[in-house]
Amino acid sequence: MPDSILVVVEQRDGKLNRVSWETLTAGQALAAATGWTLDAAVVGKEVANLAHEVAAKKVQRSYAVESPRFEPYTPDAFAFGLKQFIESRAPQLVLMPHTYQVRDFVPKLATAMGRTVISDCVGYKKEGDKLLFTRQMFQGKLAADVSFAGPPPWFVTFQNGAFRGDKVETGASAAPVETVKVELGDGVVREKPQAMFKEAKQAVDLTQAEIIVSVGRGIKEQKNIELAKQLAEALGGEIAASRPICDSGWLPMDRQIGSSGQTVAPKLYLALGISGAIQHIVGMKGSRTIIAVNKDSEAPIFEIADYAVVGNLFDVVPPLIEEVKKAKAGS
Amino acid sequence: MPSANGRQLIYTDAFARPLLETASYVELFLKILVGMKQVPQKDAPLKLNESGTWIREDVSYEVNEPDAYALEEALRQKEKHGGEVVVITAGPARAQQVLREALAKGADRAIHLEDTAFVGLDAFNTARAFAAAIQDESFDLIFTGLQSDDYGYAQTGVILAELLGWPHATIIMQIEKKDAGIRVKRELEAGYFQFVDMPLPAVLTIQSGINKLRYATLIGIKQAKNKPLRKVAMADVQSSLSGNLQKIERLYVPQKTKNTEFLEGSAAEIAKKLVDKLRNEVRVL
Ligand SMILES: Cc1cc2nc3c(=O)[nH]c(=O)nc-3n(C[C@H](O)[C@H](O)[C@H](O)COP(=O)(O)OP(=O)(O)OC[C@H]3O[C@@H](n4cnc5c(N)ncnc54)[C@H](O)[C@@H]3O)c2cc1C
Ligand SMILES: Nc1ncnc2c1ncn2[C@@H]1O[C@H](COP(=O)(O)O)[C@@H](O)[C@H]1O
Repeated sequence: MPDSILVVVEQRDGKLNRVSWETLTAGQALAAATGWTLDAAVVGKEVANLAHEVAAKKVQRSYAVESPRFEPYTPDAFAFGLKQFIESRAPQLVLMPHTYQVRDFVPKLATAMGRTVISDCVGYKKEGDKLLFTRQMFQGKLAADVSFAGPPPWFVTFQNGAFRGDKVETGASAAPVETVKVELGDGVVREKPQAMFKEAKQAVDLTQAEIIVSVGRGIKEQKNIELAKQLAEALGGEIAASRPICDSGWLPMDRQIGSSGQTVAPKLYLALGISGAIQHIVGMKGSRTIIAVNKDSEAPIFEIADYAVVGNLFDVVPPLIEEVKKAKAGS
Repeated sequence: MPSANGRQLIYTDAFARPLLETASYVELFLKILVGMKQVPQKDAPLKLNESGTWIREDVSYEVNEPDAYALEEALRQKEKHGGEVVVITAGPARAQQVLREALAKGADRAIHLEDTAFVGLDAFNTARAFAAAIQDESFDLIFTGLQSDDYGYAQTGVILAELLGWPHATIIMQIEKKDAGIRVKRELEAGYFQFVDMPLPAVLTIQSGINKLRYATLIGIKQAKNKPLRKVAMADVQSSLSGNLQKIERLYVPQKTKNTEFLEGSAAEIAKKLVDKLRNEVRVL
């Protein structure tokens, strides 16, 4: 048997998560680069229909890995069940999206198998026979090419947005679907999860805003939020923030942008004193124009900015407010 | 007055004679271990070492942010239920600083796996080193941060749970002690949450913002000097470790993917340039 790659896609409530297609795209690219075959697996209670949906893509085989104990999700069930399945198929490489759910169980799964996970990767490289996986380190300030030093299966998780989900290739014909029932005895699952819920209703819908002025920890003190508010007001936009600002209660939670907050794509996103951690960037990188003001020329936010100002926001923002007001008055 | 005696909380009468222990008193006593990592300060300029596989050590350091919240949560749990808070770090001599700070804030004792080589371990081996260092202890809870600012593996706590055979939960925003075990609030994507009940002992990875951090008091800083700090050498845990299962081949400044235009000049000039862009390119003015 040739070596194989297994992509474990993610589903919730009978629907595949969008990132699943991104990971499949990654799997297809890696299969092409290595000559290895590509299989996919959907994990859940009854997921054969989803396995069929995946089977339409260019994969060799699509598995529905099923157990009644996969619903609701628990790390115990997923790690235990997937271990059985992966051991029986012995792939070289196992790929998953770096979602909150995957990061909850994949280190446990790999450890149970005596293996390791290269987590939160943004790409891969093939150098000779060696596969390298690129991941961000130091909060995105540096990147590292990382290799596996132990035996397969090698586990890799890919960051949200690392590959294009819309680039996933469709197969010439539907791949075969195989349902695999895994046995999970009593006592395997120790966690008892309750239903998912959202905290208090959101008062603002930032997804509708055309202009967003967003503040990060560079704003230093609660009273300085006023300055950013003035700029937002002058521009006719909404104020938003990175997570630490909302954690501190300087702005309400519903103004938080990022993976645990809102995802926005305004015409203009003006980032003031935001470093550009990936969890923030996933929430705003779709903005049409990004302007970043940061005193650190190496801040990762500049990697995605259209216009960059390396400088102190307290120097730049006051004259900017004046200029915006002037421009508005003149037009 | 209750007094902590090993793992058990013993209630005494007015003559300091032990009273009958009631199960609930014993149960509520929580012994908590907190993983605290020292990482480069957020805005520290990083330079690569000669081999281009790690950073040069001459930067300023601070405690990994979620670890500070993990400590705070452990202290609050102890204040509520009684018990003990132990902090642990793996790193060179400089890492003792985070332990001292934790002791000053109220942790009872510290464990320092002290060796420069600990910096280079992958998450699997760091967790194995921790497991080896605490094998003679019996904790009810282990808290780690949800991820480190330097490696960002987001794995050490979960791996440790698996090595110990304990259940775990990640990205925790609330912890409540129940009669049998705990109820935690997990943060999920896009503003969702979920409560999860689980038995003890357990490992939890803590999210920043779960609570409000306290400052160390002067008296706390003084007391910290006399609190026990156990050192563990690499040699003491070496037999539990393996070679790293993953290897950083090179570390580098990421290439830019976008054509970013840098606006320069005085603040007034920059303001003018920005307004020009907003009007003519972005067309929002
Ligand atoms: C699971 C998980 C989920 C998360 N979810 C989110 C989320 O939804 N949203 C989110 O934002 N974060 C989220 N985070 C946190 C994220 O990783 C970062 O910690 C956070 O985004 C950093 O916020 P910041 O950029 O404001 O602060 P910092 O990283 O501290 O950056 C502050 C920046 O301000 C600059 N600065 C300082 N002073 C000035 C000045 N005077 N003028 C100009 N610039 C200045 C500094 O150079 C620095 O770059 C999450 C993290 C995890 C692990
Ligand atoms: N060397 C270390 N010393 C102390 N704690 C650590 C160390 N490495 C990891 N941790 C803990 O594990 C968490 C997750 O780290 P990581 O898996 O590297 O993202 C951190 O927030 C710490 O609580």
